[in-house]
Amino acid sequence: MSELSNANAKVVSERIRTWNVNAVAELIEYHGEVTIVVPKALLRATAIYCKENPDLNFNLLSDITCVDRFPIEPRFELNYQLVSIPRRERIRLRTKVTAETPVADSLMPVWPGANWLEREVFDLFGIRFEGHTDLRRILLPEEFVGAPLRRDFPTEGQR
Amino acid sequence: MTTVETAIGTAKTMVLNMGPQHPSTHGVLRVLLELDGENVVSSVPDIGYLHTGIEKSCEDKTYSQVITLTDRMDYLNPLGNNLVYCLAVEKLLGLEPPKRAQYIRVMMVELQRISSHLVWLGTHAIDMGAMSVMLYCFREREEILKIFERFAGQRMMTSYIRIGGVALQPPAGWREMVKKFVDMMPARIDEYEALLTENRIWQGRLKGVGYLPAEQLIALSTTGPGLRAAGVNYDNRKMFPYSSYEEFDFDVPLRTESDCYARYLVRVAEMRESVKIVRQAMDKITEEGAIKAEAPGIIPPEREKMKTEMEALIYHFKIFTEGFSPPPGEAFAAVESPRGELGCFVASDGSPKPLRVHFRGPSFVNLQALPFMVQGQLIADVVASIGTIDIVLGEVDR
Repeated sequence: MSELSNANAKVVSERIRTWNVNAVAELIEYHGEVTIVVPKALLRATAIYCKENPDLNFNLLSDITCVDRFPIEPRFELNYQLVSIPRRERIRLRTKVTAETPVADSLMPVWPGANWLEREVFDLFGIRFEGHTDLRRILLPEEFVGAPLRRDFPTEGQR
Repeated sequence: MTTVETAIGTAKTMVLNMGPQHPSTHGVLRVLLELDGENVVSSVPDIGYLHTGIEKSCEDKTYSQVITLTDRMDYLNPLGNNLVYCLAVEKLLGLEPPKRAQYIRVMMVELQRISSHLVWLGTHAIDMGAMSVMLYCFREREEILKIFERFAGQRMMTSYIRIGGVALQPPAGWREMVKKFVDMMPARIDEYEALLTENRIWQGRLKGVGYLPAEQLIALSTTGPGLRAAGVNYDNRKMFPYSSYEEFDFDVPLRTESDCYARYLVRVAEMRESVKIVRQAMDKITEEGAIKAEAPGIIPPEREKMKTEMEALIYHFKIFTEGFSPPPGEAFAAVESPRGELGCFVASDGSPKPLRVHFRGPSFVNLQALPFMVQGQLIADVVASIGTIDIVLGEVDR
């Protein structure tokens, strides 16, 4: 199973590379999982390519999450889990976001399902998504100050 | 929790607040409905009333301690939550549980799926006005919870599935107990169907309600019975088999109508398939055998060994004081929960505590489709749509 997906990973990343040489900044393979690190500027374009290209056909956006690597810069990693239902394949797109400009392009125009997933990241990590039509806090009360899932936000006690 | 600036200004519509204490929202979901008479013009779900910051708490616990937190997210599917988290951590560690443990896991999560669908069926029937179905559903669910109690010592928050295997050997007499249940269950499902499937009120309330085309459901990231009722064959057990599901023979129930009634039929058929899987798992589980992987320093040693071997005692002490440290990296595991694709993303930085644990809750993502489902329908249909999305607010809000 893992060998198969590794072979496919090569195909997927090569396809993206032939479309745009700069789109694959890094290719990570770990325990049969494939992560393609995409430059922030090319995130939406790569996402559209992954969805629209009939050979890739990643039609379902399963999940968006963020990892805070504080104090390493760029500290935020956004992970997008894509699924191709017809081709039975999973892939992860990753882009890095700095603490100075915690902004990324919204993927709502590509997959409307990104709506709540991005709102959750915005709510808990304080990363803004350009082009999101309804970027409000989703889990926390509106008057809440801070982004609790950042590593420098204490689990207990006063901030 | 936010105030919503909908088109209150227009003279025709009014805004009605439904929830968070409304019984048919299955917990603490609040929906703001903009109404034109009894028709829904637009709706805005408002969540977060049950937010407990589980993902933040996970970062302060060792890898094994997190398991007890996962039970408390989707409280109708605690074993499934245990499983997805353990699969993600096992991926990080490169650990494979013994086959016998994998079959026990499959049997337990399939029993859990039946119990979760039973709660769904019972509560949804109450929402639709059929009181008695709930009593029958909870009667059978009680039998499943009794099985869990025998296996894990707990009825609901079992924490039975652990990293590298399961917590305990199956109890004496488990086979008779489970067999009695699976022998009884198909007839009981017939009983629910006799009460509901051809019932004219049931059909009237559900048929044609909450329709969304398959393309839109995929675009909205909907998974689970809601997507399969639209004819899309997406089931993680078949698509990306985990825990030896590829060895089991079962069908994925599909419908094409994509309305509330189709979702009901898919769930009922899924219960029957789960009974089939439980039967097969029972045959595969041998009387004797290991239930945990061999991984000193990660899996706690047997109690007996600790009394005779020094290394075992040292490992035991290290595991329960410091924990274990997976190599740096990330892993994403996904299972088919009763509600859809339940995913778990674990990132390790090489320390004994996870850098990040994230759960992709199917209830959370599926709930996004609600405003599109209820647009232009009646208030009573909102109740039906919320019901058939099958949300568990513990998982929506985490």
